[in-house]
Parts: sequence; C-alpha cells; structure tokens
Amino acid sequence: MNGYIHSTESFGTVDGPGVRFVVFFQGCPMRCLYCHNPDTWQPHGGTETTVDELIGAFEKNRAFYKNGGITCTGGEPMMQPRFLTELFTAAHEHGIHTCLDTSGICFDPDDTGTADGILSVTDLVMLDIKHIDDDMHRRLTGHSNTGILAFAGHISRVGVPLWIRHVIVPGWTDGADEQERLGYFIGGLATLKGLDVLPYHDMGKRKYEELGIPYPLTDTKPVSKEEAAEARENIMHGIKKRLKEKK
Amino acid sequence: MFKEFEPEWEGFKPGKWSSAGINVRDFIELNFTPYDGDESFLEGPTEATKKLWEQVMDLSRQEREAGGVLDMDTKIISTITSHGPGYLNKDLEKIVGLQTDKPFKRALQPFGGIRMAQQACKEYGYEVDPEVVEIFTKYRKTHNQGVFDAYTPEMRLARKSAILTGLPDAYGRGRIIGDYRRIALYGTDNLILDKGHQKETHFVRMTSKNIRLREELSEQIRALEELRELGAMYGCDISRPAKNAREAVQWLYFGYLAAVKEQNGAAMSLGRTSTFLDIFIKRDMDKGILTESEAQELIDQFIMKLRIVKFARTPEYNALFSGDPTWVTESIGGVTVDGQHMVTKNSYRYLNTLNNLGTAPEPNMTVLWSKRLPQNFKRFCAKMSIKTSSIQYENDDLMRVIHGDDYAIACCVSSMRVGKEMQFFGARANLAKCLLYAINGGVDEVMKVQVGPKYRPVVGDYLDYNDVMDKYDQMMEWLAELYVNTLNIIHYMHDKYSYEKLQMALHDRDVKRYFATGIAGLSVVADSLSAIKYAKVKCIRDENGIVVDYETEGEFPKYGNDDDRVDQIAVDIVRMFMDKIRKHHTYRESIPTMSILTITSNVVYGKKTGNTPDGRKHGVPLAPGANPMHGRDTHGAVASLSSVSKLPFKHAQDGISNTFSIIPDALGKDTKIFAGDLDLDSLRSEAENED
Repeated sequence: MNGYIHSTESFGTVDGPGVRFVVFFQGCPMRCLYCHNPDTWQPHGGTETTVDELIGAFEKNRAFYKNGGITCTGGEPMMQPRFLTELFTAAHEHGIHTCLDTSGICFDPDDTGTADGILSVTDLVMLDIKHIDDDMHRRLTGHSNTGILAFAGHISRVGVPLWIRHVIVPGWTDGADEQERLGYFIGGLATLKGLDVLPYHDMGKRKYEELGIPYPLTDTKPVSKEEAAEARENIMHGIKKRLKEKK
Repeated sequence: MFKEFEPEWEGFKPGKWSSAGINVRDFIELNFTPYDGDESFLEGPTEATKKLWEQVMDLSRQEREAGGVLDMDTKIISTITSHGPGYLNKDLEKIVGLQTDKPFKRALQPFGGIRMAQQACKEYGYEVDPEVVEIFTKYRKTHNQGVFDAYTPEMRLARKSAILTGLPDAYGRGRIIGDYRRIALYGTDNLILDKGHQKETHFVRMTSKNIRLREELSEQIRALEELRELGAMYGCDISRPAKNAREAVQWLYFGYLAAVKEQNGAAMSLGRTSTFLDIFIKRDMDKGILTESEAQELIDQFIMKLRIVKFARTPEYNALFSGDPTWVTESIGGVTVDGQHMVTKNSYRYLNTLNNLGTAPEPNMTVLWSKRLPQNFKRFCAKMSIKTSSIQYENDDLMRVIHGDDYAIACCVSSMRVGKEMQFFGARANLAKCLLYAINGGVDEVMKVQVGPKYRPVVGDYLDYNDVMDKYDQMMEWLAELYVNTLNIIHYMHDKYSYEKLQMALHDRDVKRYFATGIAGLSVVADSLSAIKYAKVKCIRDENGIVVDYETEGEFPKYGNDDDRVDQIAVDIVRMFMDKIRKHHTYRESIPTMSILTITSNVVYGKKTGNTPDGRKHGVPLAPGANPMHGRDTHGAVASLSSVSKLPFKHAQDGISNTFSIIPDALGKDTKIFAGDLDLDSLRSEAENED
C-alpha cells in the first residue's frame, strides 16, 4: 500500500538518537496553536509513497545512519497505522532502528490492537504531551488529553522505551506548577528514557502565510534556551517527587 | 648519497632518508609518533604571541582604514633576497621573516605582468617607478606579454565573454607546492649537492627538452643559494639541517617565504608540515629542552606569519576571488598506506591556533579525513568546526589510493604528492554558458556576438532534450579544444618568463605534471538539462532571435536530492567533458585532470552568465564547486551530499568541492535542555539524597 508522505529529511539530528532518516507523514487531527507544520494537516496531501521507496532511500545512505535509524513524524504518523506498521516492519527486517514521534491522539484505550501492532515494531516512542491539564489541553489542541495519557501508560506497560517531548509556550505551558505536574505524571512511566523540552519558536509563521491560515499566536514570543532549561528543571523535580513516592 | 649522518639528525631513526638521498616521506614514516589522546594537553598563547598578534590586528585595522593597502613597494622588484630583514618586533618573534622590509608592505612582482603590477599600485594610489616600467616593457618581457603574443582572436574573445574564465595569463599561476620540509631536514647545502647530481646525470644529447632541463636545474641551484642568503640575512645558517624544533619551523618557513617573495601565485599552498614538524618538537621535548607552551608558541607564531602573507593585486582580481586569498593550504592528518593514522600532537597545535589567534581563513587548514582517524581527533575537529567554521575537509580514503600518504592539497582541492608532482593550474570552463552557446549556435547571450562556432541554433518554441544534448555535445567539443590550447600557451609562457625556480628546486628532477582544467556551473547545467528532459521549457527570444530567457512548465528533479534521474546527468556531463579534454595535446607531457571547485569566483561567473533553462536568472551566482544550487536541495544534508558524492573522482581527479553550511542547532540537541539518557533508578537515589 501507499502512504501519504509530506517529505523526508535525510539528516535528522533532533528527532531521536543519532543521525536519522526522518519521514514526515501527511495528516493530523490536532490543531495545536503553536503547530509549525500546518502544511501536514490535510490527510491526503503530500506524495503517495511506497515502503520500498522509503527503505531504499535509507539504505542508499546507510553509512550515515550508523547510530541512528528511521523516525516517523508529521503530521501524525498513527493516522496511517497500516502504512506505518508496514514501514516499521520492513525497517526491522533491514535491521533499522525505528522511532515513532507521535501526539498519541489516535490511541483508543478500548481497542489497543492497532497501537499494539505498531508498538511491536517500534524501538522508541517519542510521545509529545502538549499539556498535562485536560482543560488547557483542549484549548491548546482542540482535543482532550485523556487518551494520550492513557497511551503513555500503555506504552510503558508494553515495555517500549519512551521519550517525552514537551513544548514550552509562553502563557500556556510555562507555569512551574503545570510543569511539575507533568513531571509527576511521567515519573510514573517505567520505560521513560528521555525528556526533550522544546522551546516554542515562530519559524512556522511563514507557512501559515503561504497557506492563508491566520497565525494563532501572533503575540507570543519565542522561548529562550535558558527558559527551556528552567522548565526542564521543574519537570525533573516532578519526576523525582514521583519516584520517591513509588518506592 | 650524503657523506655522513649529519650531527643535527642525532636522535632520529636513520633510513633511506639519511643514506639514499632526499626522501622526506621515509623520514616521517620512520620517526613520527601518532597521537590518540584528546586536546587537553594544549596550551594557550604566550604573552609574546599575544603582543605580536595585537600588533598584527592593529596593522590590519590601519590597512582597512587606508582603503585595503597599507604600503607598497614601487621600486624594488621582489626576489628571494631583494629586501633586508624585516620584523614585527624582533625581541618577541620566535619565527622571523617578512616578504619585504616592513610588515604589511606589499612587494612589487612584475614577472607575471607589468600592467597588472602597475594597475594594482594605481588602484591604491601608488605608482610603479618609471624605470621599472621601462625595463619590463622594453627590455624584459613578462608572462602576460608572451601569452598575448600567442593568443588567437578566438581565445581573446572566449576570455572576454568569460566562457573561459580566471585564466592565469596576467598573474602567477600558483598551485605549486615546494617541499619546504626538505630545507629543515637537509639544509640547503645538501639540496644543492643533490641538484648538482641531478644536473650531471641527465641525458647528454642536447635536445630542446634537455637544454631546458639543464637551464632549469641551474636556475634551481641559484634559487637555493639565494635561499641560503635569505636565511643569513636573518642570522640563520640554513645551509645545514635544523638541529631543534625552532630551527625546523624557521627553516621550513624560510622556504615558504622565499616562494612568496618570488611568486605572486593564485594559490601559494604550504603542503603537509604538521606531522613532519611534530618529530622535531617531540625530540626536543624528550630531551627536556622544549615545553608544550613553547611548542605552541612556535606554531602560533609560524601561523601568524602565514596569515600576513600579502600580494599586490587589483580590485578585479579581489572581486573574482571575493577577497584577497592566498590559499596557504596546510594538509593535516590522513593515514599511511599501511593504515596507521598520521595525527600527531602537532595536528592539534595547528588547529589550536584558531583558538589562540582567533579564526581566520588563512592558512587554509585542511583535514585529510579518513574513517581511520582517531575518535578524539574527529571530535576535536567537529568541535573546532562548530566554533570557527574555518576547517576544510578532504577525503583521504579516496586520494590516498592515487597519491599515497605524502600528498598535500594546493589551493582548495588539488592533490599532489609533495615534491614529486606539480600542476599547471587551469582556471575554469563555464559549462553553463557553454549550454547557452549550444542553444544559440555559439552566440553569446550577454554580449550578443558570435563567440563559439556558428553551429545550427535551436529552432522552435520548446527545447527538446535529445536535440539540446546533441548540440551541447558538439559545443563542449569545441570548448574543450579551445580551452586546452589556451592553457598550453599560458603554461608555455609561464615556464618561459616566470619560472618558479625556488619551488621547483624543492621538487625532484623528474616531476609528474598535471594539466589541471576545471569546470564551473555544473549544478546549473544538470538542473537545466533535467528541466528540459522532465518538464517543458519554452524559449523566449529577443528581436534578433537569440534565446535570452526560458519559461518552465511543470516540475523536474533537481540536483542535490539524491535523485538519480538528475544526478546521473551531472555525472555524465563530468565524464563527457573530461573525455573531451583528454583528446588534446597537453603541454610538457602533462596529465590532464579536472576540478569542480569554484569556491568564490562562482559569484562573478554568475554575473557573466545569462538566464538559464533551470530558472536561474542572469547575474544570479552559479553554485560554488559541485554544490547544488542554493535552496534547491530540499531533502536535507545527507541527500545533498550524496548527490555530490556520485560525481566520479576518476574524471575529476583535481578535486570536487562542496561548501557546506549548517547552523549549530541543526547538528543536534543542546545538552542543557535535553536529557537523552534518563536513568530512573539513579534519578530516584538522587532524589532521595536531596532530602
């Protein structure tokens, strides 16, 4: 079958361990206010691409990806679960490390079969938790976070290594309390292996202009590395709090 | 061949280098100490270095304020011994020697061409002494005059339209690397002895070839004698080998200094000196007579001298090269043919000058990269690249196969075995313009005159791939022949009127000569042909029927995305043009090679090249070297580099360059805000300890 692929990046250094071949999937149900890839929202845009084409592109330059692998991101890769599963299965047959960068929005706690199929061929999940508070999460993304948090627990139980990504957005996710709450939650995830705090940037603005979509965060200022480092400390504090209790 | 093991060699392992004639490679191989450690041993600049560097910075500021030139010699013609000793600050300098009697004073070098020398002076408000002008106009012919005596009208026109461009017909050709290490290892007396032997033992029949060789060897011996005199002016007896590290650096530098005093070459590269010098430094350290700080001081001050090498050049020349480059390229690292890496502590010291003296484009530090370089060194290089953006990398694994393990890079990519191979620098043929000539039947799209042969131009509104390729093939055939013949004239005249006697004295007698042609505009050609093949390209003609613009309908694959459909076109063009070059007679039995390397001159070439079928507009720079056109490589760095790496080295043996820029953030996560390896157990115990 074919996947709808927005684009590929041959030198991905920030989406998982090592140098990675990054596949941007087309389509996403979330409408995060700070989204910097609005061009990936439409589910049937992009280029129809086969698994062989993607694996072929990886294999051609395999030497570069010695300590890396393939990362699927988007868009929301889990919007195309069959294609994603096929791609990761093929990747494993080729001995390629697989990493899934997801918002977790497609996870159905009552029917985990699809997700389990994906997880069985996934070496690392990077789960992007947009907000720990459900109400704020709805306002920020248009969706509840209940299923997402349930997915976090599920990944952890299945035993797949997990990185949590979190974007620091002024006025939304820059509160120390919320950050600590987030930390407290993820501190309970047994397979947690990494925390990736991402400072908000406005480099997506131009894309909105090109697409004729109004940019929702016109007055929001980019976050400095120092602020992001501080947020990271707050989250770490929450993680440690949880870990102490667990004992 | 040497009478005895010289006393200065005490402590070195003897071998062929000490018993059987000049052999620097053998000396290095037997005596160097590879270093696998990290950079923690490095030292900062000494007080003396800092003071001298402040002085250089101050002179640089004064030079900028004076409009680009601080002082020029307008009377004394630069030779190896033309000027008495000059200093920055005699008391502080560990390594001495300037091109003239004062720092930042540019020398007068009229052998390449008196007009160029006059013009360079005039542009900065100086005037060459009328007597000198008279001598070099009436009595002493220059290289430039010789070339123009022999040029055909067609050559002059091709030069004017810039389909052939950057031709070294009015200035020094450069790109020759003297083996300056020989002076440190052997001293000038032994080198003169060797040259004398070479002269006695060549063919006796006086053919023009042998007469020339005999004359050249005599010139070389004279140059070595002058070199000895240059050392003496600064109080150094370089007739004998260097006996310690300071002398080794100094002797070697005298050789380089003599070369730049004699030649104002387009690229005056240094060679492969760091590991060689490490042997002398290590010997002194083992004896306890040199500290790390003192060793770094020698290297810092040596590099400082290389940074202030200056030539009198015209603003046009500087525009062509986007600055005032001297291409003092130094090749660092690499691997021996046995597979042992050649990184030494001194490789680190050279790169450390970028810390101690700050970043600078010169000398052009070039790391000969191999998979087998030690991990610590690779990491240090990466760190220094991120910090300074000043390091060039070249593929040692590729070049070692052809040149062994004692080659160096001249200019930016030209590889040659040091002291055994030289090259005739060949500027570039503009293949993008050639494509436009193919379309317009030899009419230049900017000058609107017939420059190439009057072949049948493209007719009809739309370009047809097979038709254009057919015409392009013929036009390249014409260009290759004209190009090689033009270069033949240039190098004949350069040998005749501006022979590099000192640099060639630091070569073996029977050198291998490369005939180093080059091409510009490869990515424009590949994308243009791809547009013609995969999209529809419509011709826009002016009132005289000359195609002056193009309209492209539809998408087409672009070079730089690891897409074989277009990358293969680039590969084919390289092979085709090189094969055409190979068909022609080249001067002095030289071996034709080709480079794809314009690093800065692509800007000027772009100004002279009209609209192209890929959508590039007249005046927009061509991409540098083998780079994809700016912004067209949309699949990331690996895909972009992969396209470039498909270009066949065997058809571009003089080198393929790629200019790579990346913002540090795109190289990976900042460790401050990212924790990749969270270990929950240790976090837990950490949390408990906090209470």
